[in-house]
Amino acid sequence: MKGSASFRHLTAALLLAAGAATFASAAEQTYSDSGPEPLLAQVFAQIEQNRLDAALAQTDKLLKAFPNFRLGHLIKGDLLLARARPLETLGNAANAPQDKLADLREEAIARLKAYRDKPLADYVPRYLLQMHPEQKYAVVVDTQKARLYLYRNEGGKPRFVADYYISHGKAGAEKLREGDKKTPVGVYHVTASLPRQKLSDFYGSGAFPINYPNEWDKRLGRNGHGIWLHGTPSDTFSRPPKASDGCVVLANQDLDALAKNLQIGTTPVIISNSIEWLSLDDWQAERAALSASIEAWRSDWESLDTGKYLSHYSQRFQSGKQDFAQWSTQKRQVNAGKQWIKVSADNVSMFRSPGKEELVVVTFDQDYRSSNLSNTMKKRQYWIKEDGAWKIVYEGGA
Amino acid sequence: MAEKYNTMTLPRMILPRFPVPSHVLACLISATLLVLAPATANADPLQEASRLMKQGQFGPALEKTDQVLAAKPKDAQARFMKGLILTEMGRQNDAIVVFTKLTEDYPELPEPYNNLAVLYAQQRQFEKAKNALEMAIRTHPSYATAHENLGDIYARMASQAYDKALQIDSSNASAQTKLALIRDLMSGSARPTTLASRSTTGKVQVAAAPAAKTEVPPAAKPEPAPAAKAEPAPAPTDPKPAAAEAQSASGKPEVEGAIRNWANAWSAKDVKAYLAAYASDFQTPGGQPRSAWEAERARRIDKPEPIQVGIENLQVAVEGERATAKFRQNYKSGKLKTAAAKTMVLVRRDGRWLIQQERVGN
Repeated sequence: MKGSASFRHLTAALLLAAGAATFASAAEQTYSDSGPEPLLAQVFAQIEQNRLDAALAQTDKLLKAFPNFRLGHLIKGDLLLARARPLETLGNAANAPQDKLADLREEAIARLKAYRDKPLADYVPRYLLQMHPEQKYAVVVDTQKARLYLYRNEGGKPRFVADYYISHGKAGAEKLREGDKKTPVGVYHVTASLPRQKLSDFYGSGAFPINYPNEWDKRLGRNGHGIWLHGTPSDTFSRPPKASDGCVVLANQDLDALAKNLQIGTTPVIISNSIEWLSLDDWQAERAALSASIEAWRSDWESLDTGKYLSHYSQRFQSGKQDFAQWSTQKRQVNAGKQWIKVSADNVSMFRSPGKEELVVVTFDQDYRSSNLSNTMKKRQYWIKEDGAWKIVYEGGA
Repeated sequence: MAEKYNTMTLPRMILPRFPVPSHVLACLISATLLVLAPATANADPLQEASRLMKQGQFGPALEKTDQVLAAKPKDAQARFMKGLILTEMGRQNDAIVVFTKLTEDYPELPEPYNNLAVLYAQQRQFEKAKNALEMAIRTHPSYATAHENLGDIYARMASQAYDKALQIDSSNASAQTKLALIRDLMSGSARPTTLASRSTTGKVQVAAAPAAKTEVPPAAKPEPAPAAKAEPAPAPTDPKPAAAEAQSASGKPEVEGAIRNWANAWSAKDVKAYLAAYASDFQTPGGQPRSAWEAERARRIDKPEPIQVGIENLQVAVEGERATAKFRQNYKSGKLKTAAAKTMVLVRRDGRWLIQQERVGN
């Protein structure tokens, strides 16, 4: 095995890129993995220990389970070639397109990193402040890690269920324009389910469009459409981390597993560049603070003190064509004609939008009663933090 | 020549290293005839067979060998020779049978394993080739030829794995493989022979190169035949001009139907039916990969606004299995409204007219 020393260095470098921890600790974790990561991690661990024959046998096992897993074939090629001559790099294919090799190396790093860095049990994505009772699951995507995390709603508290490798836009995240090949960042939900029969093979086992552009995207002038969660072509197990025109792409088996938990029109899909994690204590504090603000808005509305009620709105407020001044004028006029108002907000969900701005999407069932008018509606508000206080910056029907 | 080889070595098939990169191991046979102990009396007819084979006279060589085998069916030398001749004749499967039997009867001999590996490699059965070479090495750990061959096999297997990893277009790849095989078959017999000697005997050092050179010209003769045979027959379009002629008159409504179905699928946003209107060899704009083009089309068609595609002034000309359709395409979606002249080339595949080319203009 003359080539093994340099090859080992390269894999070691790859592992370093993925982080320094050993795989033994990863194996001790109790998460169930249906993807190729556990076997892949074993292969790399064996290469590291210079057990190339064992690594090849393990790679064959990996490819038996995932015949179209390209990264597996690349590693197999290396392990075979290492028997014939010294290797210079991971993915030692001569005359191969360098960009494709780079893609596969990126996939290797993404998968190994994610396998090792499972979310900590007592940490949750900051975005899942509150799921309403009908939302059984929530999806959170980390584009930089090439990972999708599935959370179950346990009494409003998100509990980690599974995570999957994903591909996102060729040009990265933070979509702005139609055709910019980027994946949007924000709070969305699945709007439809497109079965395999209605799609070309390119989309694999199905597709779930999401509501990009959402109210906030539109307000910021972002455009484009057709952002989906979807599968992979039948001859491909997975695509490189940055491969799509903006969609979030999963392996077909992962999409199928995920699909069982998606509720059309209900399940939130929150896409971030890089997930911010909060300890349960911090998460509880954030959620309590915002809940208090929402409750204050509700009770101030009931109080008929329009000034107090309007103090919950940002100067940058906008709803449809109304700005803050027009909104204020209208509310003062309406409230002047009322003897009493009763407002309740039920089934509240609160999802923080990833990004620089402190923005939370709040959705609830509003039951409004007053001396001269009553109605019920599903309402959506965007709350933004201004000078340490939560203010409403958008409000409308959902 | 005969006296030179009158020692305790065995004939072997040797894989030379080629300066040209090739996907397939070419085999090169050096029939070094040796005498197994106890010395046999049939050295002469076998040497004659060897001479005939080197001259490219495979038929007579096989005849001579079969004569020997008729008298001594178990004779290892004769069977080995037969395997070599069959290999030269391109009868790989027959040669595999001969060498396989030899490995069963003489499991201690590495050469039959080695040659089996060469044959398997020619058939791209690398796993089997690898196993055979490992057996050769197991019997003779210092067998250099087998080691070298094994290295080659690993490199070939690696290259196969890389092709899968990088998804080098599979349809093209298989075509290239075939071509590489043809080249190898042609040049294989013209390559200089290298004779290996088994160092364990310590006795024989064969002066390989000079002898080999003289063998080249006769062996090179039968080149064109296998090449022509192995050509992957570039599928001649059906040699039925009369039938095609007869249908060209009635083919028109079918082509018109195909165009209208295409427009209807587009209007109905039925991506699957829309894409199915295109032939597998449709010339994508800018030569982009089919999958990328399909994805782009799917995305365009699946937008929220309704789409309406109308066809006007449709003119169709059918020529056998090909048809040209010219029409005016009126497209309407949301605020966008366009009208353009379009020309399409359609081909008939399995009774369906499919779009092979699509361009704006006439």
